[in-house]
Amino acid sequence: MSWIHRTAAEQAAALAAGEVTSVELTQAHLDQIAATNDDLNSYLHVDAAGALAQAAASDARRLKGEPLHELDGVPIAIKDVLATHGLPTTAGSKILEGWVPPYDGTVVARIKAAGLPILGKTNMDEFAMGSSNENSAYGPVKNPWDHTCIPGGSGGGSAAAVAAFQAPLAIGSDTGGSIRQPGAMTGTVGVKPTYGSVSRYGVIALANSLDQLGPVTRTVLDSALLHELIGGHDPKDSTSVTTPVVGLVEAARQGAAGDLSGVRVGIVKELQGDAWSAPVVERFNESIEILKGLGAEVVEVSLPNFVHAMAAYYLILPAECSSNLAKFDAMRYGLRVTPEGDPSAEDVMRASRDAGFGDEVKRRILIGTYALSSGYYDAYYGQAQKIRTLIIEDFKKAFESVDVLVSPTAPTTAWSIGEKADDPLANYLQDLATIPANLAGVPGISIPSGLSADDGLPTGIQFLAPVLEDARLYRVGAALEAALTKQWGAPITAPAYAKEA
Amino acid sequence: MVLNNTVAETLVPFEKVLETYDPAMGLEVHVELNTNTKMFCGCPTGFGAEPNTQVCPTCLGLPGAMPAVNRKAVESAIRIGLALNCEIAEWCRFARKNYFYPDMPKNFQTSQYDEPIAFNGYLDVEVEGETVRVEIERAHMEEDTGKSTHVGGATGRIHGADHSLVDYNRAGIPLIEIVTKPILGTAEKAPLVAKAYVSALRDLIVALGVSDARMDQGSIRADVNLSLAPKGSGTLGTRTETKNVNSLRSVERAVRFEMSRHAGILDAGGAILQETRHFHEDTATTSAGRPKSDAEDYRYFPEPDLVPVAPSREWVEELRGTLPEPPPVRRARLQAEWGFADLEMRDVVNAGATELIGATVAAGAAPQAARKWWTAEIARRANETGVELAEVGITPTQVAEVQALVDARTINDKLARQVFEGLYAGEGTPAEIVEKRGLALVSDDGPLIAAIDDALAAQPDVAEKIRGGNLGAAGAIIGAVMKATRGQADAARVRELLLEKLA
Repeated sequence: MSWIHRTAAEQAAALAAGEVTSVELTQAHLDQIAATNDDLNSYLHVDAAGALAQAAASDARRLKGEPLHELDGVPIAIKDVLATHGLPTTAGSKILEGWVPPYDGTVVARIKAAGLPILGKTNMDEFAMGSSNENSAYGPVKNPWDHTCIPGGSGGGSAAAVAAFQAPLAIGSDTGGSIRQPGAMTGTVGVKPTYGSVSRYGVIALANSLDQLGPVTRTVLDSALLHELIGGHDPKDSTSVTTPVVGLVEAARQGAAGDLSGVRVGIVKELQGDAWSAPVVERFNESIEILKGLGAEVVEVSLPNFVHAMAAYYLILPAECSSNLAKFDAMRYGLRVTPEGDPSAEDVMRASRDAGFGDEVKRRILIGTYALSSGYYDAYYGQAQKIRTLIIEDFKKAFESVDVLVSPTAPTTAWSIGEKADDPLANYLQDLATIPANLAGVPGISIPSGLSADDGLPTGIQFLAPVLEDARLYRVGAALEAALTKQWGAPITAPAYAKEA
Repeated sequence: MVLNNTVAETLVPFEKVLETYDPAMGLEVHVELNTNTKMFCGCPTGFGAEPNTQVCPTCLGLPGAMPAVNRKAVESAIRIGLALNCEIAEWCRFARKNYFYPDMPKNFQTSQYDEPIAFNGYLDVEVEGETVRVEIERAHMEEDTGKSTHVGGATGRIHGADHSLVDYNRAGIPLIEIVTKPILGTAEKAPLVAKAYVSALRDLIVALGVSDARMDQGSIRADVNLSLAPKGSGTLGTRTETKNVNSLRSVERAVRFEMSRHAGILDAGGAILQETRHFHEDTATTSAGRPKSDAEDYRYFPEPDLVPVAPSREWVEELRGTLPEPPPVRRARLQAEWGFADLEMRDVVNAGATELIGATVAAGAAPQAARKWWTAEIARRANETGVELAEVGITPTQVAEVQALVDARTINDKLARQVFEGLYAGEGTPAEIVEKRGLALVSDDGPLIAAIDDALAAQPDVAEKIRGGNLGAAGAIIGAVMKATRGQADAARVRELLLEKLA
């Protein structure tokens, strides 16, 4: 087995044992990127020189016997939504083409401080708007399982990079499911932490009250390792919680032992039905049986306001993003288009925004501007916030009787590129199960639940826990992962990329 | 009804306005806080730094950057609110005010909207010996914008300029905006009430120590809303908002001018256009800015990047304990302590000399002496050089030293003026100046007696009168002695010696 096919925890152990150097590990991933990125389009920017320099520094630290973070030397990919000092950051948009931030987001700073070489920036839907990665201004990402299919969105680049062994670890951002849904589509593990438990400083905001950074990995344990590294209070993010992020790795290791007795799991009644394709439901039901077999008590619970979550989300999100995107006026950074003749500043802004923003972005700016305008605020934004409060109440009530909630992560497996491109609503529906967690700020995890009997593509299962109870997700997720892996004989991996290079 | 732009603007004389109309005013005052760092980031706030040297990703609004609230600014806001007799919100939030402005890097301003930190207060102001209570609607926190310079045009305005330069040093400096409720029923006193309110507010801000309170540097800026309604109608007319008026005198003149202008339009059957106006210091007039309707849509919504501000009641009470004595109370106390007449105290306040006199008295001078120097000699100098009293370059200690020399009869008042000349010129301490310039009074009786003898000899008729009991005639001899000693004789001593001689 080549180094890239090992998990991050295994790579870290090999580094610690002196079986491999960080430079070798990093080079192996860079080689995989070089061999596969033209096909996948998962990275927008690869920083080979920077990553190798960071790897060499890691090796030097290790030689000197300095105290190291457990993941020191293990390479990582970062979604292009997060500001990286000296590395281009575009959020998948033309309007930020060529922008190189003069600062690091907090999570990047923590990753650098822990010594993880940064391989590059991963592709995404423009400003994280999308569920298929077809909205990237730099072209769609291909699903490593089937190049004719989408990888999910908006974090399709991070998910595909991890699924195709271009990186053992990646950072994603989840506003309505953009870590979890592509996780389901690519057979990777994705975690949306409790809102505020991972700093957003440096995240190019889509919708500030919903956005959350989180890990994208191939195993639950790897996610726990990365989550503990990036989490914790940050004075630069005023919504950052002060509760320390600890105990996740321990919970994952404990869960892998496979005992879930005493754990009450609630199946969300509202996340079942016609929207859910039969192959997805089949794999889901199989997982539920496994959970029962591990000792978990499984009951059905109702969260009645979930049916309104989508509507509330598509008012709150565009409202916040219409305000966030106002700063892109072509005057200070990014794209500038100067029309012929003697254009005014307004003409330049108009032309730049017209060329720089894609259709989905323009659509949401218009919806958001409308929803916030005077006379409509109460009817739309105000109502949406009330629904949000009701959904928070639903969660609170449900968590009085169960420890975690469970549902399929996404209603279907990955679809063909272009299939739903002209139907925004069909795309929006992909986030049906993931959105409520963002509205309520609760944490969620998606793990692979097997392959669809129809198309052989991955399906995902999602667990949700109460605010700040992220550890429960790792315990339950690791238990199910261990049982499923045992059942399958090996972790599921994209066949074309599982072979030795 | 015709719009005002079709009506020639005739100004109605101020006194005439009141025959037909009742004025209503609203004042919005922005106070720039003197915190060390900005409202939402750790950048320094010093005035006059090189452009764009006090900036970071947050105050430049770079993608990904986030705000974090400056606790010191919240503290100042609460103290201002308490000093204005406001209620302090138990829970409030910041909101985004979405509008485009070239100096505003995020293209929205982080401000407070329907949930201000302080609300429902009042400030009592003195106008011509009468107390007028100005009710405060709210005081809220917000951030300042950057500053543009338009280069290459004749006027310095954006039209005709080749290019514009933006300095973001000011972007993100904390501001408190204090908004009054409509001020009604002031009639002919409206301009004075406006001025007195801003003046009282400035005094309060100075006493609180929360701002440099320099109107000329824009650290306090007043927007003057004014409308006229038919006399006795009890309604409110359409208002105009004169922006950024930056002196007390201009506040008064802006109200006066807008009242005359509105009346001119209304008398001619026109309608007031709701708009912002610019005030011109040189002509004391206003000109049209941008139209502003009530429907202007800022698309406010709660700032999702900032958690609500919920000051604990303990903290608020603790801050209440730090409030200074209200300026009017303090003035009354000092007036009694110093024994000043009402008129004297009014001059002291108008000259902005209260603090300086206090410090001079603390340095050992008698209050009346301190008053005299600051409101006459030094005020004259300030006037001539066009600076604030505190910036003439004379310290209270120096004034006390000069007075001590007078008290010791080393110099007299007249010579003291020359000592001040020396102080302005930076010639050293008062004692050194007396020494260098040779200003000391002649303290040796010998030369004085000689000078008296000379004077008596020169004016034998006057000597006769004095000997005959007409002491009033002594002045002529004393004057002659003063002249002979070039003003350096101690007149009182000369008088004593003269009377001794003639006794």
